[in-house]
Amino acid sequence: MKANKNYYPEGDALLAQINGRHRRGTIWRTLFLTATIIAILVLMALLYNVFNQAFGLVAVQNKIDPTTLTTDGVLLEDLPKEQLVDVLAGHISTGLGRRLEREQLFFDTSTVFEDPALFNELCASAEPPAACALPARSQEDVYQLVLTRVVEPEVIKTWSLVDSILHRSDVLMEAEQAFPEAVIEFRSWLTPSFITNPQSSEPELAGVRTAIFGSLWVIAITIMFSFPIGVGAAIYLEEYAQQENRLNRLIQTNINNLAGVPSIIYGMLGLAIFVRVLEGFTSGAVFGLVSDTTTANGRTILSAGLTLGLLILPIIIINAQEAIRAVPSSLRQASFGLGATKWQTIWHHVLPNALPGILTGTILSMSRAIGETAPLVVVGASTFITVDPSGPFSKFTALPIQIYQWTSRPQDEFRNIAAAAILVLLILLLTLNATAVFLRNRYSTKMT
Amino acid sequence: MESHAALNPDSAPTVEFGNGQHNLSKRRRPGEALIQGFLFFCGAVSIFTTIGIVYELGKEALLFFRTDGVTLVEFFTSTKWQPAIGDFGIWPLVTATLMTSAIAMLVALPLGLATAIYLSEYASERTRSILKPILEVLAGIPTVVYGYFALTFMTPLLRSIFGDGTIQIFNTASAGIVVGILIIPLVSSMSEDSLHAVPRSLREAAFGLGATKLETALKVVVPAALSGITAAFVVAISRAVGETMIVAIAAGAGPKFTFNPFESAETMTGHIVRISGGDLSYDSVDYNSIFAIGLLLFFMTLSLNVLSRRIVARFREVYE
Repeated sequence: MKANKNYYPEGDALLAQINGRHRRGTIWRTLFLTATIIAILVLMALLYNVFNQAFGLVAVQNKIDPTTLTTDGVLLEDLPKEQLVDVLAGHISTGLGRRLEREQLFFDTSTVFEDPALFNELCASAEPPAACALPARSQEDVYQLVLTRVVEPEVIKTWSLVDSILHRSDVLMEAEQAFPEAVIEFRSWLTPSFITNPQSSEPELAGVRTAIFGSLWVIAITIMFSFPIGVGAAIYLEEYAQQENRLNRLIQTNINNLAGVPSIIYGMLGLAIFVRVLEGFTSGAVFGLVSDTTTANGRTILSAGLTLGLLILPIIIINAQEAIRAVPSSLRQASFGLGATKWQTIWHHVLPNALPGILTGTILSMSRAIGETAPLVVVGASTFITVDPSGPFSKFTALPIQIYQWTSRPQDEFRNIAAAAILVLLILLLTLNATAVFLRNRYSTKMT
Repeated sequence: MESHAALNPDSAPTVEFGNGQHNLSKRRRPGEALIQGFLFFCGAVSIFTTIGIVYELGKEALLFFRTDGVTLVEFFTSTKWQPAIGDFGIWPLVTATLMTSAIAMLVALPLGLATAIYLSEYASERTRSILKPILEVLAGIPTVVYGYFALTFMTPLLRSIFGDGTIQIFNTASAGIVVGILIIPLVSSMSEDSLHAVPRSLREAAFGLGATKLETALKVVVPAALSGITAAFVVAISRAVGETMIVAIAAGAGPKFTFNPFESAETMTGHIVRISGGDLSYDSVDYNSIFAIGLLLFFMTLSLNVLSRRIVARFREVYE
């Protein structure tokens, strides 16, 4: 009956049909709403997962119980410096002790591991060790040394935040049985020292300082390269180019296509061009900035910055074009009417009015660049580096690279610090995006 | 006609000084020309980028195919990729890529389209203004974070559902699902834009004929916006094919010719990242081979993007 096009129901049949249609409408509406909620829930799950891993209970086991190192129940950290040094001397080898002492002395007037005469001789030599110029270690410094060298606390198991809160008693019981000697404590993996420490192979000591500096350097180069060129290209396409010109049409199509090229392809372009062909330039050898030209290579901050610059160039151009297009043409005509040249019109009238839009687009593309990982891996970010980058020709690592590295390791503790690094990255992105919104609001009210 | 002065060179603005008249519009302005030249150069950088990509990828790929024991036929027909023993068949990498992309689309298409329809047709202005920014936040999260999510959340979730025995730690299912989640905002925002562009009058006509909201949405608005929605799907596929970090972290290392989504397999992008992340010596077969893969990847995504733009240009319904 329903297939018949000429069937028009009447009376009760009509009511039933209408009710059926409305019921179907309600069901589908619920489905659509569910899909939207699922999409939002996934975002929540993502954040939940990161927080869940970044905080939680840990079982810490000491190689040597600190209470056995002291007598009369005095806490280790309250011991005077002399006794702490004795503890240290009793547990580490003389070789390690000498090395520590050459880094920084334990006492101003005497040495513990070194022969005093030999040490004075060393200080007088051409390359004196760092200890000669530094004051002696404080009690706090020595305590830290005892902790890392003698007590050697090690995280042997970690639990997620949700387990730690909701099933705390189960966790404690399990830990009691499995690790009777371990201390269970609540730990936030995101700590101030996590942000200020350099990279380390020990997850407890590792930090993201080197990676943050690397990311900031790379992003600075990226912006210095792509902002002027991107805005320039947008001005050319919007203000100078005639649309019917084939070359200009080609440029426009090409930019749209480049915006869809996967980021890893840009990484390979960077590897081939910036790292290899322009190696002399990107390694700094051309400028005579490299002392040892045999080990210099193009896998530097400069290469990475330029690669990411090419990557976000199409995005910057497209955003800037939209901003410039939104400037009313009456403004240009008024300027021309007063006798201004084309460039004067653009510089004094079009650009200031388009600036909020251009800045917003640029900052959004910056946050895209900060999160990019694949091109940096291909260009050759260093996987393990503990020295802060000192300039555009340094080797580097970046925050997303760090996250990738730590995620790829099988141990739980590295997953935890990866989660902490993700939080740092997300906070950085949030700050950038908030700046974009702030700039847009501030300037757009000023201009009108 | 004073107002047409600029169009007629003879009546162009002139000034008199010194020994005669000067036509201002004909005056040479080297500064202006220089600036225009620089701006043109900026525009041309994008052309250089494309040329650079095609040239460099092509050059290295050519070197790869010139290597002894590597042939174009083997590259496109063999199902083994084992550089150590000289097997270079692209198929294991391609099937893994297609598998993660297909799974991703299975997740992203229904969810993305349903979200778009809900936001555009059902949600109130207030709900829309809350939900849309949340989806945009989802789109702004770096992909390495999604990779972490796939490995530490999605994989354990799948394993707790299907059992540890059937699902390996690294598997294409988990990576594919998370890639799908990544592209939901892309599909929903592009589709929503085109749904939103359908004029109100069409909806009102449908309502006037007695259609319910659902019938209006599915039989009038969606068909009218179909070109935009299709274009969104094609762009989403291209994005899924080129997605790197999620598959590099969660899909596994080591090319494997398999159609089982619960096994590990390596995609084209995952392989490029793994090879170039290791100690790589230039001009080795490994180095050249990733460029051949990259070239194929470039053309795959490029043709998808061009296709999407063609769809929009050809099938777009224009309403007055």
